[in-house]
Amino acid sequence: MTRRWPASFGEVVAANAAAGNLVVQPRMGFDQPAMMRAGLVATRLAAAATVGTLTLDSYTRVGDHAHAEAALAEGIALNGYPIVTHPTQDTRALLDGVADAGFPVQVRHGSPDPRRIVRALVAAGLDATEGGPVSYCLPYGRAPLRESVANWRRSCELLVDGTPAGRVPHVESFGGCLLGQLCPPSLLVAVSLLEALFFTQHGIGSVSLSYSQQTDAGQDEEALAALRTLAGEHLPADVDRHIVLYTYMGVFPSAPDGAADLLRASARLAARAGAERLIVKTVAESQRIPTIAENVRALELAAATAATAATVERAESVVDTGVLAEARRLVDAVLGLHDDVGTALEKAFALGLLDVPFCLHPDNAGRTRGVIAEDGTLRWADVGAMPIARPATRGRTVLTSARLLTDLQHVARLYER
Amino acid sequence: MSVQHTRHDLDVLVTGTASDAHTWNLIFLQLYCEERGCRVTNLGPCVPDDLLVATCRRLDPDLVVLSSVNGHGFADGLRAVEAVHRQPGLATLPMVIGGKLGTDGALTPARVWRLRDAGFTSVFDGGDLTAFDELLDEFTGARLVAS
Repeated sequence: MTRRWPASFGEVVAANAAAGNLVVQPRMGFDQPAMMRAGLVATRLAAAATVGTLTLDSYTRVGDHAHAEAALAEGIALNGYPIVTHPTQDTRALLDGVADAGFPVQVRHGSPDPRRIVRALVAAGLDATEGGPVSYCLPYGRAPLRESVANWRRSCELLVDGTPAGRVPHVESFGGCLLGQLCPPSLLVAVSLLEALFFTQHGIGSVSLSYSQQTDAGQDEEALAALRTLAGEHLPADVDRHIVLYTYMGVFPSAPDGAADLLRASARLAARAGAERLIVKTVAESQRIPTIAENVRALELAAATAATAATVERAESVVDTGVLAEARRLVDAVLGLHDDVGTALEKAFALGLLDVPFCLHPDNAGRTRGVIAEDGTLRWADVGAMPIARPATRGRTVLTSARLLTDLQHVARLYER
Repeated sequence: MSVQHTRHDLDVLVTGTASDAHTWNLIFLQLYCEERGCRVTNLGPCVPDDLLVATCRRLDPDLVVLSSVNGHGFADGLRAVEAVHRQPGLATLPMVIGGKLGTDGALTPARVWRLRDAGFTSVFDGGDLTAFDELLDEFTGARLVAS
């Protein structure tokens, strides 16, 4: 096995961006190697500029490899590919001839302790993954933030050490997606930037900064512009970087037409804002884990929409409602705590300078709250101890289960027809 | 809806399952139960069995509500209910589970029965809130009779 895949994840995205193509990517993961391979082949053959995804299952994500193995043995379906459990040669075989120049594969997992996952992906010849010490800890589990930061430091080192010469390891920050809904854009932008900076401090030469589509296209465009501005100011000049947009991650319209409209809206947003990559959702996503064919249809619809949008919709000057200034205040407050971004992030959460709305993690202060304003934009109802302006009218809305459901279903309702 | 004063005494433990990272379902259930007069402890997502067991011992709740939407609810729920009921003193603790419990849509009737056989008082596959509300009513009634 001397053959190496020459084009790194970031290079492929950059080449497509230079050619005017939005790279589209599924969230695909299947428990059996044959099915996983079929999914990657179909993604590659889709009529779109694509990169591959190998999404891991939830047991592997939480480090419960014994139960992943037991489920495989008992024939209980897993919701992703257990890369630590399957033998390395099986993973190499499923990638052979599929993952190569022009079609890099990113491992997506969601773990606050990805050390074994990184060892497994490196052993299989891969070098692109995603997550982050905050974004894969606070919203998704109970592991202490301090441990997550230490684990992610080590994981970055393992990835750098395991990546062959001539290739550049890539890590995407998932920080632009905290809980998916009801987190105002400034905090998404700040955490995404801070995690990307964390990766670069630990030797990662290619990063991407994420942002997930929220409730208002204009506000989202402003946030994506803010993310690009702050990345330019803070990331080392020699670090390759791009922006990845996520199609809306909250409650999806159940009607197929509405779901397709929402997906198209995200593709247009990506094109207008100049995001280089888009993680799509499928029409089936709200009901169950989508099939390969449904993933391909979503990729092709998004790519076709973005191609059209790129030629007819030019980014006009973004209206500044203060997202950049707010994100900058958060970033500056955190970076002022310590030179090491990981340590600074730990301190920031301990002090409540960063505080993720609705996050139940023991290390999150839990004093902030986001709401959907009457104009459809996401706003702070409560900023807790974060160093940003308090909302003009405090405590006007009592949070009830009905109000929460209304806000969570706001976007789905807009696209139901 | 009128205020349900009769429900004040119900201590409910809301919890995610071991492999499930979703939070919104848990926040919603907390608010929903609180609005019905329950005192709620929300353990959050990704709760391993030993933490669930320890919390049940510490809090001695009237009802444990497991919620899962990641497709592993069947397997995780089975393990959780068996782990809790195996403990001395917790063998009869009422536990219910709801959400999206399988990877490919609704559970088969056989799997729903498997969960009930394992010890769940009720299984709300698909997240049937009306049925859940009726269950809370039943529990309140049961407590009033018992006390």
